[in-house]
Amino acid sequence: MLSKRIIPCLDVRDGKLTKGIKFKGNIDIGDPVEAAREYYEQGADEIVFYDITASSDKRDIMIDVVRRVAETIFIPFSVGGGIRNLEDMRRVILAGAEKVSVNSAAVDEPKIITQGANAFGSQCIVLGMDVKKVDVSAKIPSGYEIVIEGGRKYTGIDALWWAKEAEKLGAGEICLNSIDADGMQTGYELNLTKMISKNVRIPVIASGGAGKPEHLAQVLTEGKADAALIASMVHYRTYTITEIKQYLNKKLIKTRMLW
Amino acid sequence: MIAIINYNAGNITSVARALQNIGKKCIITDDTEKLDAASHVIFPGVGAAGEAMAYLQEKKLDAWLKKYVKAGKPLLGICLGTQIILNYSEENKTECIGLVAGATKRFPEKLISEGQLLKIPHMGWNSIKLYRSHPVFHNVSPDAEFYFVHSYHPAPSDDEAVLGTTDYGMTFCSVLAKDNLVAMQFHPEKSGRPGLQILKNFCAWRGGNV
Repeated sequence: MLSKRIIPCLDVRDGKLTKGIKFKGNIDIGDPVEAAREYYEQGADEIVFYDITASSDKRDIMIDVVRRVAETIFIPFSVGGGIRNLEDMRRVILAGAEKVSVNSAAVDEPKIITQGANAFGSQCIVLGMDVKKVDVSAKIPSGYEIVIEGGRKYTGIDALWWAKEAEKLGAGEICLNSIDADGMQTGYELNLTKMISKNVRIPVIASGGAGKPEHLAQVLTEGKADAALIASMVHYRTYTITEIKQYLNKKLIKTRMLW
Repeated sequence: MIAIINYNAGNITSVARALQNIGKKCIITDDTEKLDAASHVIFPGVGAAGEAMAYLQEKKLDAWLKKYVKAGKPLLGICLGTQIILNYSEENKTECIGLVAGATKRFPEKLISEGQLLKIPHMGWNSIKLYRSHPVFHNVSPDAEFYFVHSYHPAPSDDEAVLGTTDYGMTFCSVLAKDNLVAMQFHPEKSGRPGLQILKNFCAWRGGNV
């Protein structure tokens, strides 16, 4: 049977991790390639890179990071942030990423999902969704709205509708981030995750809110997520990925235990 | 020398990177003359069966593969490369190379496990059950898991060709083996150390039983 995936997320700006990551002996690692290697050794099933480089002339630095990561770790990884068109996707994939994720670009121009799926296969195209809880209305019947620009801009798009639409357009996977839960470390948004996961036939990665291994157990069972994204809880070295997997294994949640 | 067949089917450089990591030199080519010089050939691929077969036929690589396998040299199929060595694929209703008898089929729409409708593609880490030992799986733990991403699966008609199976709402053939040919649905190049071990074993394999 398929294992649930545990996926650390690394934010990269101008080729450096935005927050240093603490490892053995409290060594601070600012190099995304070294951080990826460390998580690969700990048993990460996949890695997500999010490029928050602001200026487009520095984008080539990320391509170099992708290339070096691809020579270092032998598990799938995805790259998101700043992917606006097919050419951006092609560069990242040719540099060695397994998948690319599109977020606000897909809101602005949904056909980018279909174009990407036709060019590289659906399995390559991840739709990133940033979601906020709002009042249920005729426009937002699910009570969850898609937001962009880091949660600052409401789009008027219903999250459930958008997830189903993205699946139809050819997205191979959804990375579902709750802006409300993000950074709180108080657990994933279980209602949202369950609602989206039950209504699409493509895998859903839950994101936002992980602080303890119990949170992952909840979202992978009750929340029906196929994978769980983690950040702070491993970056600050509160837990290692190995420890999280051992915990899930004890709870009889199947994850890959040999790497 | 190890050669990776380039047939315009997705990004196959990840296989070359994995070989580089285990210290093996390789070439990526669609030139049959260069392929003739190879001691080992890897046939990877991601993408759709229809387009892949059209390209292989245009480059006469389908005929070349048949000749290569007949000569007894080791061939490793990966993912799409595994699916199109069978006779036929339901994807784009494609006539395929036919190195192994059987077809590639789409997962049934109603794929259910423990009361839950399973997702398609089958994407992520899953285990395999081997039915006999094989040199390419030497030193690979039976508990190891491998990275899969596919909506179609191989279904060889001869049980003898099934080396391993995987469960995903149903049991499907995830590893095929016949004489000097071994082919897997998962991606050894993306499956961590156990996957690299498989590539290492393949590079050392002469195509026989040991």
